Amino acid sequence: MSALIVLLGAPIAGGLLLAFFGHRGAAGLINIAVAALSFAAGLGLALEVFAKGPLLSGGRLFYVDAFNVYLLLLTSFVGLTTALFSRRYMAYERTRGRVGPKSLRLYHSMYQGFLFAMLLALSSNNLGVLWVAMEFATLSTVLLVSLYRTPEAVEAGWKYFILCGVGIAQALFGTVLLYFTGHRVLPDGQDALLWSELYGMATQLDPTVILLAFVFIVVGYGTKIGLVPLHNWLPDAHSEGPTPMSAVLSGLLLNVALYAVVRVKMLMDPGHSSQLAGHIMMGFGLISFLVAGLFIHRQRDIKRMFSYSSIEHMGLMTFAFGLGGPLATFGALLHMTVHSLTKSALFVATGHAAQIAGTQSMDKIRGLIRTQPAVGWSLLLGTLAIAGLPPFGVFVSEFLLLTATMQQQPIFTVALLLGLVIAFAGLFRHLHPMVYGEAPAGQRPIAVNTLPISLHLLLVLCLGIAIPPVLTQWFNQATWLITGQRLL
Amino acid sequence: MLTDLSIDQQAVLTLAALVLFTTFAMLAQRSLLTLIQVFAWQGTLLALTTALVAQSSGQHHLYFSALLTLSLKAFFIPWLLRRLVVRLDIVRDVEPVMHTTVVMFIAAALVVFSYYIVLPVEALAVQLTRNTIAVGLSVVLLGMLIMISRRKAVTQVIGFMTMENGLFFTAVAATYGMPMIVELGIAFDVLVAAVLFGVFFFHIRSSIESLDVDRLNRLSEEERR
Repeated sequence: MSALIVLLGAPIAGGLLLAFFGHRGAAGLINIAVAALSFAAGLGLALEVFAKGPLLSGGRLFYVDAFNVYLLLLTSFVGLTTALFSRRYMAYERTRGRVGPKSLRLYHSMYQGFLFAMLLALSSNNLGVLWVAMEFATLSTVLLVSLYRTPEAVEAGWKYFILCGVGIAQALFGTVLLYFTGHRVLPDGQDALLWSELYGMATQLDPTVILLAFVFIVVGYGTKIGLVPLHNWLPDAHSEGPTPMSAVLSGLLLNVALYAVVRVKMLMDPGHSSQLAGHIMMGFGLISFLVAGLFIHRQRDIKRMFSYSSIEHMGLMTFAFGLGGPLATFGALLHMTVHSLTKSALFVATGHAAQIAGTQSMDKIRGLIRTQPAVGWSLLLGTLAIAGLPPFGVFVSEFLLLTATMQQQPIFTVALLLGLVIAFAGLFRHLHPMVYGEAPAGQRPIAVNTLPISLHLLLVLCLGIAIPPVLTQWFNQATWLITGQRLL
Repeated sequence: MLTDLSIDQQAVLTLAALVLFTTFAMLAQRSLLTLIQVFAWQGTLLALTTALVAQSSGQHHLYFSALLTLSLKAFFIPWLLRRLVVRLDIVRDVEPVMHTTVVMFIAAALVVFSYYIVLPVEALAVQLTRNTIAVGLSVVLLGMLIMISRRKAVTQVIGFMTMENGLFFTAVAATYGMPMIVELGIAFDVLVAAVLFGVFFFHIRSSIESLDVDRLNRLSEEERR
């Protein structure tokens, strides 16, 4: 319990503190310290849950089990490493004059606010609070997307605000419907949105109402996952905002939205024999996966390209969770982890690359490996990892997902393989000249912090070679929670 | 039939009809200030519905949400929007509503569609709930239609807030509101959103020198530059 208080309290306190001191030189360090505190608490919480099983606390307001505890840990970890990156990055942006003291205060404060929203959404037992936290995550990042105040940035921010706002309103309608049906089986209104209570009664929930609720929730949170055709905001928001923001949006926000959908699916499955929820998710997932892969080819902006790659991977995960079954779910959980680690590392590398070249346009970024080998290699290795090449962890999870698809719905294997090849070709077509091409005259290396990148890629590499037994056990437990079966 | 309902329930139905009516009125309204006024009336109707449900169901925490709704949606947000409109000097702006007839037809179709969706709920709910959920959903969809059919940033925000009103209406009329903590959270989010929208108006204005969101068209998948 105390770990949970620190986990959620640290970002609130940090956010308030940075609202006043966010422009000072030490702000980057404070940001790191707060994120580190939060991560330490996350680690403590994970150990506690691992030893004692699911934790229900705070008047049943918080519920932490194997499924969300690893996402909590992942979120606080990526929050910490991105804070490490953000310190140098924002300092450089300030010397370039792209941000002023006011913007820096806003940035640092809202960075913590966003982390708080993510952690609250993950640990909340109340589906209504989960919604509130998701909406707050949008609100806290919307001004960060438009932080640079260029016409493009303002447009991206507005689009993000409106589209996610409309999307998430659908999710609230779904939540109201859930409450409506929950109220019929749980007489005390206070209980009817608590996930732990609803889960116990899942077979008694009215199937038609919950189906309706699920559809609204998929569309609503699906907007935040970036499922095609609701994905329009995502590439804009990722490309126009400051890069640390892109890293946490891609690495964390999308995961949390998918987490919310899976939680509701868990409520729906017991009462429906037909796997309808799964089929809806498979459809959305597969379309997103294929369309995003094609869109990678025609991008010109490096951050846009990687954000389409995020849509592609989120599509794959949505498909896998929809497929159901222990193997696919295990693979999807692993994929969530490795994607979020790899993608945030990639955005860090991209941020450095864009600062070296002074532009995000891929036609103008050239010869990174000559100018600054560390950045060139990070970008190259990160892209290799995200494209699913062995020995990185993404390969393992994609392999598991393909195997599961072959077992359960062999027909889709072709589509998946095709999509993977398309995305692979798209990424490398753009990457090759950026890394190896002739460096423009006068291109100079900059001060970088490669620790976040190497740490993330090392972890992904380890996960690709051998998953530690502790983690396997976690994933296994989470798989059991979601599907009712164990994989191992 | 309708006569089986108590007076309170009939009153809730009447209010539902009025909420739906105000939404249609917003869809067709051209002048910004009048639009904001209609929006404020809708907020008042919502607060009234909440108070009525609180009285008839004995759920006393709903009185508090009624008060919150009244202060937030009938007074604060309309006041904020009006002030912004004055400060941005767009009081006299009249927004052409494109294809009014078509939009109205679509709106009517959306209402029918909402009833069609809600039909399966009939099996377990009384007639009152079925109607209120259908009206709530219609208001949400019509709010979306306002956002799609209009071009001014201010109107889009009103569409957005209308959707929120529809959600709130559903929650109050069908389930006697949500648990207090959720309602407070939602109210907080709406408040923050309203303020942020205000900030955005100025940003949009300074970046494209207009509040026509149609002109926010630099980012797209078409070939650029």
